[in-house]
Amino acid sequence: MNIVVCIKQVPDTTEIKINPVTGTLIRDGVPSIINPDDKAGLELALRMKDQFGAHITVITMGPPQADNALREALAMGVDDAIHLTDRKFAGADTLATSHALAGALRNLSCDLIITGRQAIDGDTAQVGPQIAEHLDIAQVSYLRKLDYDGKGTFTIERTVEDGYEILETEAPCLVTVLSDAYPSRYMTVKGIMEAYAKEVKVWGFNEIEVKEEVLGLKGSPTKVHKAFSRGVKAAGELYELDTDEAVGTIISKLKEKFII
Amino acid sequence: MENSLYKGVYVFAEQRNGEIQKVALELIGKARDLAADLNEKVYAVLLGHNIASQAQMLIEHGADVVICADAPELENYLTEPYTQAMCHIIDQHKPDIMLIGATTTGRDLGPRVSARVATGLTADCTKLEIGEDKHLLMTRPAFGGNLMATIVCKDHRPQMSTVRPGVMQSLEADAQRQGEVIMAEVPFETKKFKVKLVKSVKEKSNKIDISEAKILISAGRGVGCCDGLKLVKELAETLDAQVSASRAVVDCGLVGHDQQVGQTGKTVRPDLYFAAGISGAIQHLAGMEESGYIVAINKDKFAPIFQVADLGIVGDARQILKQLNDRLRN
Amino acid sequence: MNFHLTKEQTLFEQMIKGFAEKEVKPLAAEVDELERFPEETVEKMARVGLLGIPVPAELGGAGGNNVMYAQAVEELSVACATTGVIVSAHTSLCIAPILESGTPEQKKKYLPRLASGEWLGAFGLTEPNAGTDASAQQTTAVEDGDNYIINGSKIFITNAEYAHVYIIFAMTDKSQGVKGITAFIIEKGTPGFTFGKKEKKMGIRGSATSELIFENCIIPKENMLGKVGKGFGIAMKTLDGGRIGIAAQALGIAQGALNETVKYIKERKQFGKPLSAFQNTQFQIADMQTRISAARLLVRSAAFKKDQGEKYSADAAMAKLYAAEVAMDVASKAIQLHGGYGYTREYPVERMLRDAKITEIYEGTSEVQKMVIAANLLK
Repeated sequence: MNIVVCIKQVPDTTEIKINPVTGTLIRDGVPSIINPDDKAGLELALRMKDQFGAHITVITMGPPQADNALREALAMGVDDAIHLTDRKFAGADTLATSHALAGALRNLSCDLIITGRQAIDGDTAQVGPQIAEHLDIAQVSYLRKLDYDGKGTFTIERTVEDGYEILETEAPCLVTVLSDAYPSRYMTVKGIMEAYAKEVKVWGFNEIEVKEEVLGLKGSPTKVHKAFSRGVKAAGELYELDTDEAVGTIISKLKEKFII
Repeated sequence: MENSLYKGVYVFAEQRNGEIQKVALELIGKARDLAADLNEKVYAVLLGHNIASQAQMLIEHGADVVICADAPELENYLTEPYTQAMCHIIDQHKPDIMLIGATTTGRDLGPRVSARVATGLTADCTKLEIGEDKHLLMTRPAFGGNLMATIVCKDHRPQMSTVRPGVMQSLEADAQRQGEVIMAEVPFETKKFKVKLVKSVKEKSNKIDISEAKILISAGRGVGCCDGLKLVKELAETLDAQVSASRAVVDCGLVGHDQQVGQTGKTVRPDLYFAAGISGAIQHLAGMEESGYIVAINKDKFAPIFQVADLGIVGDARQILKQLNDRLRN
Repeated sequence: MNFHLTKEQTLFEQMIKGFAEKEVKPLAAEVDELERFPEETVEKMARVGLLGIPVPAELGGAGGNNVMYAQAVEELSVACATTGVIVSAHTSLCIAPILESGTPEQKKKYLPRLASGEWLGAFGLTEPNAGTDASAQQTTAVEDGDNYIINGSKIFITNAEYAHVYIIFAMTDKSQGVKGITAFIIEKGTPGFTFGKKEKKMGIRGSATSELIFENCIIPKENMLGKVGKGFGIAMKTLDGGRIGIAAQALGIAQGALNETVKYIKERKQFGKPLSAFQNTQFQIADMQTRISAARLLVRSAAFKKDQGEKYSADAAMAKLYAAEVAMDVASKAIQLHGGYGYTREYPVERMLRDAKITEIYEGTSEVQKMVIAANLLK
């Protein structure tokens, strides 16, 4: 079985802080990580490899430093890595991103494509399903468990608001994985030593079969009209009181607001 | 693309087991504002099996027209049949705007449809308005919530966006409202149906919908895990409230993911949001800052939670919770 | 001159920091309090290859280097010094001598199992009457046909009953003094090899420390490590390498204590402002960080020299001498900045000071390090 895992390198948004004075983002020194949902996707693929001997390719689209994310995936145990990068891909929205990735995936034979449900920097959850559409294959999003019968049929548990669904589908298909579904393994020391010895294939526009007009900023139907820092809400009252007074203040305020 | 051919504000009226989801009514409420600005009509797209009877409810909540595809293929949500139905309706009716709830269904369906009809989709919008040039301005949080971005989709139609449950407000039902119901026949291409629903499993297991709660007592790292959480639960019981938590507490496994507030959890807007020991990472603030009244207790005077709190107390959350609960009970 | 970690070392740093934070740190207080050997952590470390870092891949190891090994012991010790010394004793004191002095058969038999973590290693040199004066060995090995018969005991042995393979030193010829000492590889379960008293220690309380007792213990000659009479050299060389591990452990303790302190002084308020706003506090942490960074340079440079095949004996001694001193100093200051809370077990700095003390003692006391450094200057 051939599995391709699509990953994204994202800033660790849990480390991003707000400058309390200016209300702007402090991004300096914020480490880049593999998006958590994608990392669970890697783990799912690695378990399939452990169990069924799958061959795993990891792919990412991003700037040169995204190479780190691919090396990390190699050190966790994936077999091959592809870095999709080209100035023509820059400024892409989700649809244009999905076209580029789908273009690269067409070059590969894959029985199972795994993406994370969503990335923590954008939270859109769109690229996975859009790739599936371009490739004209089935998709199952919000995956929390996947079983394989060894013969081409996947049984998938998909999380929904009030429980989960059990779905069945055949290869090839695309799934999007939830981060807590498959807590990821660590890189191994041996894997780390080998990660840089392996070749990461770098593909640009010329290596994939996609029309230029659907790529990058030009191929993006959505555009950022404006971006602004969220207005800071007028600060309320702040008190430093001992426990007794604090409790009294809370109770009187809640009464004043008719909450209690 | 000739944009002027595309008219009407459409809402995907999501139903589960024949029950219209609240988010659909919220979106119809918002669609009414947008339609008024555009001088267009509000359309609800109702897909399912034996669901035509629900159309009236959508009209009562503000839809002018309900386009209903009633077919056994649409009994339960599955990506492909629903995508085919949506794309058929888009193709036939040419909507200007298509709003979809950002539920597990909407976030599965939305991107698939947008890719098939080759248009843009803006996820998890918190604000929708019509711009001067009649385009839809879709505002959403980016970068974990601190930065807001307004997105436009000028050259493609429909302008699609998903909106989280609880963000927009539905209108009061008006039993007198009249509207039109159009039945749509979808020419299904069944050979593309590759996913089979084996069964749906309900997990009641104290699944709480915190986005519906009036009062939320929310636990953060500052109350600690086991015993601190107990204090939070006790206060929630006293105030007839529900318990929610920050990501830190959910990550330590004592509170379910369905009770997580924030960018990767749920957006809530209760009347009272009581943040105990929550420092207020921007992801968290993004999920609760619209709450009616926010009380925050934290040891750190500089905690960002105090920037959104109406009442902030610098102090030990555990001690205050304990005494507050004792006093309220007596 | 290049002070940067390699790409591999950088990626490894990311991995080991995450591992220490998520897998090791949560157990540290409990392991100390209950004097419990963290077997589950050893198993996890084995899985990711932390028990065979500098062992070549063809011998079942990770194919890493000593800088990475030092990074590992440091980061593990930031979280838990007990865990740090388990890896250090296993790698420096058992794997290294087999790697450096073992026969091809011995390497093939022991290294894959040690590197994979299937077996844990230990080292026995110290005796009740042979501490710093290691030449005063009383354990004897008497030749008997194809075997040696070993009698005596070793004390303060790290990893003790949790190990499977022990590097043991014994007198084969008392008349020769240090030239009469020979090294042996002894496996657990060998008849006549038992464990004595378990030590109750001040710090690193989760690490198992016991006496090893040999009573007519028969060891086949093929288990001799190196040649007859070459044991003392092997022991000294092994300790040179071990000092890199202990220096890294001390460095980790110091860094851990500083990390806890920085966190605490931002939260703790006195006189209406956080402790971190007081200049005295700032000067203290600046001194702590400076000394830690200096210690790290010494540790990394000793490890780097070992990797390059250069002489590193004095470098390792300086690294251990200095890092141990920094660990004691930083941990003590950390408690001072924590005030009364720092003296309680509610905060980890109390443990860190207890853990720090041993780094001035084992694998050569600070005085022994000075002897090594001075001898290198005077030769």
